[in-house]
Amino acid sequence: MLDALNKKLIEANNDPVAFDHDCREGICGSCGMFINGHPHGPVSAITTCHLSMRYFKDGETIWIEPWRAKPFPVIKDLIVDRSAFDKIQTAGGFISVNTGAAPEANSIPVKKKNADEAFDSSICIGCGACVAACKNASAMLFVSAKISQFALLPQGRVEAKDRVRAMVEKMDELGFGNCSNTGACEAECPKEIKLTNIARLNREYYKAY
Amino acid sequence: MNKILFSSVSKKFVMAVAGLFLLLFLPVHLIINFMLLKNDPAPFNSAAHFMASFPLIKIIEAILFGALLIHLSYGIWLQIQNWLARPVGYAGGNKSETSFFSKFMIWTGLSVLTFMVLHFFNFYFIKLGLVPGNPQDFYSVAHNLFKIPAYNYIYLVCFVLLGLHLFHAFSSGFQTLGLNHRIWTPVVKVFAWIYSIGIPAGFAIISLTLWLYR
Amino acid sequence: MEKLNSKIPDGPLSQKWIKFKASSKLVNPANKKKLEIIVVGTGLSGASAASALGELGYSVKNFCYQDSPRRAHSVAAQGGINAAKNYPNDGDSVYRLFHDMIKGGDYRAREANVYRAAEVSNQVIDHFAALGVPFARDYGGTLDTRSFGGVQVSRTFYAKGQTGQQCLLGCYSSLNRQIKKGNVKMFPRREMLDLVLINGKARGIITRNLITGEIERHGAHAVVLATGGYGTIYYLSTLAVSSNASAAWKAHKRGAFFANPGFIQIHPTCVPQLNEFQSKLTLMSESLRNDGRVWVPEVSGDKRPANDIPEEERDYFLERRYPAFGNLVPRDVASRAAKERCDAGYGVGETKLAVYLDFRDAIKNQGKKAIENKYGNLFEMYKTITGSDPYDEPMRIYPAGHYTMGGLWVDYELMTTIPGLYAIGEANFSDHGANRLGASSLMQAAGDGYFILPYTISNYLADQIRIPKILTDVPEFDETQKSAVERLNKLISIKGKQTASSFHKRLGKIMWDHVGMARNEKGLSKALELIKELQAEFWRDLNVPGSINELNQELEKAGRVADYFELAQLLITDALNRKESCGAHFREEFQTPDGEASRNDNEYAYVSVWEYAGEGNPYILHKEELKFEEVEMKVRSYK
Repeated sequence: MLDALNKKLIEANNDPVAFDHDCREGICGSCGMFINGHPHGPVSAITTCHLSMRYFKDGETIWIEPWRAKPFPVIKDLIVDRSAFDKIQTAGGFISVNTGAAPEANSIPVKKKNADEAFDSSICIGCGACVAACKNASAMLFVSAKISQFALLPQGRVEAKDRVRAMVEKMDELGFGNCSNTGACEAECPKEIKLTNIARLNREYYKAY
Repeated sequence: MNKILFSSVSKKFVMAVAGLFLLLFLPVHLIINFMLLKNDPAPFNSAAHFMASFPLIKIIEAILFGALLIHLSYGIWLQIQNWLARPVGYAGGNKSETSFFSKFMIWTGLSVLTFMVLHFFNFYFIKLGLVPGNPQDFYSVAHNLFKIPAYNYIYLVCFVLLGLHLFHAFSSGFQTLGLNHRIWTPVVKVFAWIYSIGIPAGFAIISLTLWLYR
Repeated sequence: MEKLNSKIPDGPLSQKWIKFKASSKLVNPANKKKLEIIVVGTGLSGASAASALGELGYSVKNFCYQDSPRRAHSVAAQGGINAAKNYPNDGDSVYRLFHDMIKGGDYRAREANVYRAAEVSNQVIDHFAALGVPFARDYGGTLDTRSFGGVQVSRTFYAKGQTGQQCLLGCYSSLNRQIKKGNVKMFPRREMLDLVLINGKARGIITRNLITGEIERHGAHAVVLATGGYGTIYYLSTLAVSSNASAAWKAHKRGAFFANPGFIQIHPTCVPQLNEFQSKLTLMSESLRNDGRVWVPEVSGDKRPANDIPEEERDYFLERRYPAFGNLVPRDVASRAAKERCDAGYGVGETKLAVYLDFRDAIKNQGKKAIENKYGNLFEMYKTITGSDPYDEPMRIYPAGHYTMGGLWVDYELMTTIPGLYAIGEANFSDHGANRLGASSLMQAAGDGYFILPYTISNYLADQIRIPKILTDVPEFDETQKSAVERLNKLISIKGKQTASSFHKRLGKIMWDHVGMARNEKGLSKALELIKELQAEFWRDLNVPGSINELNQELEKAGRVADYFELAQLLITDALNRKESCGAHFREEFQTPDGEASRNDNEYAYVSVWEYAGEGNPYILHKEELKFEEVEMKVRSYK
């Protein structure tokens, strides 16, 4: 839809609207706009790129805005700077293992239940909809998804304490708001990441001290 | 050290612990208030006297005030941070689906605070001798107050708001503490319903009974 | 041949990599810090290479055009990642994986490289498991596998339908660890404009900051391109909208030879185009063909809804043409058959460019529940995109461009013909021959980055330790930057009427119609002419608003499309040259009487390696003869 708009704008010698997008299949997390009051639009569990025009009425005016949050400054039009998310991941979103140092893959058994739960947390695409939806612009859902993924796997337990401390500290430093358990993030997450992750993050954080 | 005490998660932890502690106080207060419905002022007054004089209660009272103060100041602090986290709002509004009452915690909280100030003037400050009144006979003080329609209106509105506050507070507190469980979390939610309707309803019944039937 | 030295170590196949590792030169840890390496791209190969090199202590600079390295298009791979672990005890081995890849690639890949890819595949799985990639597991806690792409063993590790995302996030996490340590410096939202050569060696790149428009210079002792494939040359493909070939193309024009550009895999089961504004096609896992039946109406132009067309008026064309394999014929065969039906006017849907994939019979026989368990998430995805429910009416599918086996030519050490310039992952040509097997792209990309390049690059860098930090205020950088800026200025100053995307769309249409699944000399020659005309029109009537010195997405698109015009011509030249049908490259003139691909091993058992000979000059063809010492060349047959 925005492609069509931009084609018209350019052909009429106007500046096109800048917006982030890439894979157009709901997995890269590039796209993200606030459409008619909802991140990724009013339809749940999909990203902007999957939001087809058939979800709207003919002639309906669609209200599109960029994400609004202090740690996500607007760069141009609908593009915001989400590098804050990368900074949080850099702070601790990894397991410290050098290439070549890994043990045989099956030498660390992982409970199927844990592996499946870790997967459900790990499918976060880092689009920022949770921050955009949250009335407090809190990044807790995003951070907790990564914390949960590693907390649930034996491989991740070794550094669990350092990880949660570092990531929460970075999140606070970047100016995200505080979680007040409103549940907007869960409701608007295109990948349906659950609030239980946030409870797990809280637990992990208390355990770390 | 600062990082531990003042990180977003820690602040929420303090907020939740203080809040959940405050939740313990309300049922006690309600039970004593039910004594107002008796025609005999003695049980209520002696209960009030007991609460005001027993040493252990004194200690709990101090903790309670501490918790209140912390809950209040942290609540405001967190809220200010939350507002700062989104300096520019959505022109088209944010219609994201949320648990409805959670959006107004600061306002329901502040309303309850306003009521508490009023309440202090009416009762607690009498006990402290800051305002005139007979601290030995809160029964009469209460009965007199409930004769004023305006007071009843304020009282009822405030308890509705308190109910809204409690409704989110209860399960939110558990979530913040990380007490999340496949079976128990739904139980907590049910309990939150019962508590957040039951407690304000109890207070409201007392108010309505005294106002309309006495 | 004279210019190509593939540097394959001597000795038996299974000993080559071991021998290389034992004899390659090393760099002293103290010197590594002083050596700078540029890695362009943050997909599975780029991020893994950057992090592995960072771990070794090199100073790495990593670039991507996205806002975050986590968004590279490896993220979209669905099915899985192969490894020769033999966990199911079904007879798999490194040799068997190698053999399947060589055969699947229709004997147009280099034996030594393929064997090595199979060899490191197990280490890749170990490493991903250690990085916390949540692969599917069995109840006992061990890793689960599934079979994929018609091979006889179960060797594909997976994380539901999001294996690519999970592997990429694993690489992203190891990259983050190195960024935190300061070994890797990340440069997001940068597009590589050109490669800088000093004394014939790759010594740096010119980039454009996509936010500010600033042109930047980056010097390094070696440059690694991990920039993926060029499938978006068809405009509509399963690739990300911004995926492009520009970095590889610029390197090619600077002297890196381009190998097998004509080998592009077309994936048969994609969600077809719904309207003209659509910019990409979404892949649906090919596992759907296990239970779905492909058909078109028997009467051309039948406008009835699918469910109203009675059984006897349906043409199950795959079952009709390939009675033995039916709906399970390989990707290239299925794609070609669907295209043939649509071209003949039997296509369905508004655009008439789709065929039905029907689950009615499967649901009737196995029950809705069984189908839901197998394909639930895919059905939901389809419904999200199209609004139609595959449980009630047949899916519509159509083939789309997917993966490019061709790419920059590299030797055994993954170095291109420019010293110090490496190409890894999909950007090189080396492992998939004329056709890629399912679940082997993630395997190759991560293997290249984590376990191969770190060894081979030290063999080169060991001789570079005396070269001081590459300074960027030298004439070579000046000149390259000047030409890059000139080109941007040229694009922006045309001020014509049409958008870059509209040219891209038209280019894509020509490519799809004539250089797609089935090619012939006439069509290819015609396409070449049409593209030259379109290219001239592009440089005459393009409209790029705005300026260079700002965020300008139209300028980015225009640059990529301009390069695609050039690459398209090379691609066609290659397709014209290869007078045989092999793998994804199907020349209609060269088929068996029953419509199967007819390979010509006597004349074409070589890699076509193309040298750029300057503006307007014909490309120079070099041939890397493929010697098969371990496997015997056979005909693939699906009848």
